[in-house]
Amino acid sequence: MTVTVHLPTVLAALADGRSELAGSGDTVGAVVEHLADTWPRLAPRLRDGDGAPYPFVTYYLNDEDVRFADGFATPVRDGDELVLVPAIAGG
Amino acid sequence: MTSAPFASAPPGSGFTTPELQRYSRHLILPEVGLEGQGRLKASRVLLIGVGGLGSPAALYLAAAGVGTLGLVDFDVVDLTNLQRQVLHGTADVGRPKLDSATDRIRDVNPHVHLERFDTPLTTGNAREIARDFDLIVDGTDNFPTRYLVNQVSVLLGKPNVYGSIFRFEGQASVFAHPAGPCYQCLFPEPPPPGLVPSCAEGGVLGVLPGIVGTVQATEAIKLLLGVGQPLIGTLLLIDTLRMRFRSLRVRKDPSCPLCGTREIRELTAVGAACGTTDPASEGESPGRVREVDARELQKLLGRGQEIQVLDVRERFEWEIGAISGARHCPLGQWPAAVEGLDPAVETILYCKGGTRSRQAAAMLADRGFQRVGNLTGGILAWWRDIDGEAPRY
Repeated sequence: MTVTVHLPTVLAALADGRSELAGSGDTVGAVVEHLADTWPRLAPRLRDGDGAPYPFVTYYLNDEDVRFADGFATPVRDGDELVLVPAIAGG
Repeated sequence: MTSAPFASAPPGSGFTTPELQRYSRHLILPEVGLEGQGRLKASRVLLIGVGGLGSPAALYLAAAGVGTLGLVDFDVVDLTNLQRQVLHGTADVGRPKLDSATDRIRDVNPHVHLERFDTPLTTGNAREIARDFDLIVDGTDNFPTRYLVNQVSVLLGKPNVYGSIFRFEGQASVFAHPAGPCYQCLFPEPPPPGLVPSCAEGGVLGVLPGIVGTVQATEAIKLLLGVGQPLIGTLLLIDTLRMRFRSLRVRKDPSCPLCGTREIRELTAVGAACGTTDPASEGESPGRVREVDARELQKLLGRGQEIQVLDVRERFEWEIGAISGARHCPLGQWPAAVEGLDPAVETILYCKGGTRSRQAAAMLADRGFQRVGNLTGGILAWWRDIDGEAPRY
């Protein structure tokens, strides 16, 4: 499955400035691991050392928070859109 | 140009004739009218922070005729604020922000009553400060205060009109409304110190808080008037580089300890201070990375022993000024920038305020560097304590 992943600019800087990446895998977690392998500098910002989601980065699959589905085990389909929303605090 | 809709104040409206003229463009909106304007006048809005987000929010809420604005801030106007904090002017540099905010808001609308709170928001004072307000506008600049604003909003049952910014992107929502989720439903925990740079380190487009702060003012006014569809359960993402707006659904989390299970009944400090501009309040490094203050680094350099000092800032920052003898290894060029360094030699890293370099130091430790240190407070601390003549930014 190929999924379009949307990164905020702060994370895009760790992926050669690309804010839209193609990720592949059968689940959200697999897509995240694929991105982590492809972009090592991005990896620690995507998930923790055990490959689990952070409580301060929310993943939206087709505009729905994956935590209310099956988290990283949520299956993806070709053409799905995955949006990363990190907590930011500036004011 | 049309004239004011009323030649004189109708009896019992509670408005003077100059007020009716001032609000005439509201009064002719069916969604506002005299009743809605009266509702705004009777409203009390608490703004936490009168910086980037609080500036436009306060200006527009005052201009709109919100009767009482509470302002919470303990900061002083700095020259670096003026690129985005439009409540304050050049002549205000060095003045308390509450003073310059008061002057500016009184000029915008003298009918607004101001209540000033010259203090940081804390677990000890937040309830007392927020108690008598109708809603809270979150214009803070750090995670611990954001979690505290959200807690007091939920515990007191007052909407939290949320906005947050970083570099070119912003977020806005309405949390803690009885019908919707809270901030902690969206982000159960803040990031650890060091993982996310502050605006002082990461930069922010000056106009961005103008966009997000006016979204917050709009949402506050909609809530006060009871019109439209406020961002309850919706997170608005704003990307100014591509000028794209995206709306995402935020669900109420039944397991949220604050608004779901309601285990949290008292205000509790959440997260160490990070994302702040005060280097002294930044968190501690992981055990593998030693914190080094400016005087200790000066001693290490003076002893002539072998030491590598790495400046991980961007090129434009390096060009403003650097510590003599440092090697420029901008984070954007890692890992290539640190190839060839000797992992056995003591290595001290620095950035502007100490956050980015702490993250970089942990990465070096991961790569097998034995003795890694982080300059606490970054080059700002070096300039403050060691080299007072240097240019700064």
